[in-house]
Amino acid sequence: MNLWLIPVLPFVGFLINGLFGRRMPKSMINVFAIGSVALAFIWVVKTLLGLGDLETKYIEHYFTWIQSGPLQINVDFAIDRLTAVMLMVVTGVGTLIHIYAIGYMEHEDGYYRFFSYLNLFMFFMLILVLAQNYLLLFVGWEGVGLCSYLLIGYYFTEQFATTAGNKAFIVNRIGDFGFSLAMFLIFRQFGSLDFSKVFDSAQSMPTETTVGLLTTICLLLLVGATGKSAQIPLFVWLPDAMAGPTPVSALIHAATMVTAGVYMTARSATLFMHAPIAMDTVAVIGLATAFFAATIGLAQTDIKKVFAYSTVSQLGYMFLGAGVGAFSAGIYHLMTHAFFKALLFLGAGAVIHGLHGEQDLRQMGGLFKHMRITAITLLCASFAIAGFPFTSGFFSKDAILVAAYARAPWMYWLGVLTAGMTAFYVFRAWFLAFTGKYRGHAHPHESPLVMTGPLMILAVLSLGGGFINIPHWLEPLFPEKPENEMLAWLSAGVGIVGILIAYLFYVVKPSLPESIANAAGGLYKLVYNKYFVDEIYDAAVVTPLLATSRVVLWKGVDAGVIDGTVNGVGHRSRGIGGILRLLQSGNIRSYAAWVVLGSVIVLLAIGFAGGQQ
Amino acid sequence: MPGGVPMSWYLILSAILFGLGVAGFIYRRNIITVFMSIELMLNAVNLTFITFSYQLKQVDGHIFSFFVMVVAAAEAAVGLAIILTVFKNRETLMIDEVSSMKY
Repeated sequence: MNLWLIPVLPFVGFLINGLFGRRMPKSMINVFAIGSVALAFIWVVKTLLGLGDLETKYIEHYFTWIQSGPLQINVDFAIDRLTAVMLMVVTGVGTLIHIYAIGYMEHEDGYYRFFSYLNLFMFFMLILVLAQNYLLLFVGWEGVGLCSYLLIGYYFTEQFATTAGNKAFIVNRIGDFGFSLAMFLIFRQFGSLDFSKVFDSAQSMPTETTVGLLTTICLLLLVGATGKSAQIPLFVWLPDAMAGPTPVSALIHAATMVTAGVYMTARSATLFMHAPIAMDTVAVIGLATAFFAATIGLAQTDIKKVFAYSTVSQLGYMFLGAGVGAFSAGIYHLMTHAFFKALLFLGAGAVIHGLHGEQDLRQMGGLFKHMRITAITLLCASFAIAGFPFTSGFFSKDAILVAAYARAPWMYWLGVLTAGMTAFYVFRAWFLAFTGKYRGHAHPHESPLVMTGPLMILAVLSLGGGFINIPHWLEPLFPEKPENEMLAWLSAGVGIVGILIAYLFYVVKPSLPESIANAAGGLYKLVYNKYFVDEIYDAAVVTPLLATSRVVLWKGVDAGVIDGTVNGVGHRSRGIGGILRLLQSGNIRSYAAWVVLGSVIVLLAIGFAGGQQ
Repeated sequence: MPGGVPMSWYLILSAILFGLGVAGFIYRRNIITVFMSIELMLNAVNLTFITFSYQLKQVDGHIFSFFVMVVAAAEAAVGLAIILTVFKNRETLMIDEVSSMKY
């Protein structure tokens, strides 16, 4: 079946574009970049068709990477039903975004660099998804983090872009630290990092009721997931990551990389199921993040920031699904989210492209007649994310919320409230951008087919993708949860209410949001400034850390102790030398005196030592 | 041999000679005098060697004393050559004035 081709094809694209792209014409760069990913997609489809039912996992062993004492790490790729879903999403949506990027990045410098990084990202993401042990997954995990850094800082001449890239990588690293600790504990407990071995051993372990080893492992895995998937407390990098080009935001920070945390949690379902405390933590963090990020999204004025916080919020939903045991619902939402969030970002990119770089919603308006296709596809995506009945978002979100109700009703109600807010802010963005009068100064125009084509395909998927019954497909891996019609329709209803409120605020009575913002005063300011989370982190963590680094470690240890010791040795040597040179008086008689003195001492020593025997 | 000179007298003589040699080596200012003191020390040592060799009825001391004489001769030759060179350059034989190797 040659599973290795799936990640290697984009890697070849990366090599060719990276090494030779500088001198290649754009058409050739496109061929390699798009071709490699499209071929990977085709290979995925062919492999899945060839594997048929996938009741059992299909594994291919390649080689032993590490063999050190009891530790053996193989490079194995495997496909089971979960991997199949992820592969289709990553390669499918990835191909569409690559095609879109041809149009979007047309006038940018370093065209070949962009596509080579994008291909490298696909390589690492596919390794992450196909890996059969935690360490190989971690290789992909770290690799996508690297590519995220490279792509966020793509406009490296801008200070805000490089800072954002640094922030993303560093915050990710904190999560990776948790992941590494989890891997150490897993190895210590199970003697292996291989999925099959770990999960088979874990199956026979008792479910933990207190914070035991499995709970600790799962909590540490959760730390890793919060870093990669932007949950509380490590979500702060995602909004800043909007400094990168929009296709990057769509691919990495909406559809694929940020879902790695959810995938990893779903993959480790066996471990989590045996640690209920950790599952509850996952659910609570997911729900809190969903709610928290949705409130911030209500007040943002940059269109990409609205969608960024929306991504954080939707990822919270996926974690909520995983935390209440509905892993398949979480993955279902992952897939539908990939469709409509990628579409939202690509559409936003089309708007920004058409306005020659304008991202502020306050400078948009009335764009419907200028960009019909963009507007309609974005409308499809907005309906999907709001959970409008029968769209993809409706099915997946409700699968999660119904499962949440079964766990604890208050989770359901909070989730429903968040759904209402989601509908509100996404339609707020749509109305502000496309209705009313144009408030800006540019000449808006529709985007070329290479950009609108993927938009249309994603719109069809956003509306109809819900009919791909993922929870049923994932049944062998994750037990299916019961349905509840009434709850599903209730949350859809709240979504529709959110849409109507947005309609009221931004179409019927445009002065209303202004007056409410003034009335809310402090609360509005708090939300608008994203609860000052960045400022708090800066004051509580970053500044003390930098101060410690500068004062203690740099001036104290490095300059003081280490340099002091090394320089001190030199000074001492000079000091001693300064004393010893007094012997060199140039006076021959003193030399003679020293010789005599020395010989006397030697004679006395020999005499005291008993003489020559 | 009955009524011969006692051994200890030779050794004491040798010690006195050696001491005189050392004193001259340290306290005299003229380089030639210092050299003469060095020769004196060497010969004192020679006397000691011969005395012990006679007492112990072994020939080792005689042999060693030959070596000492050879070395003394060679050293005198080389040393005088150096003194001549120094005198040609510095115009003086007072060792206190040849002190340019001061730190």
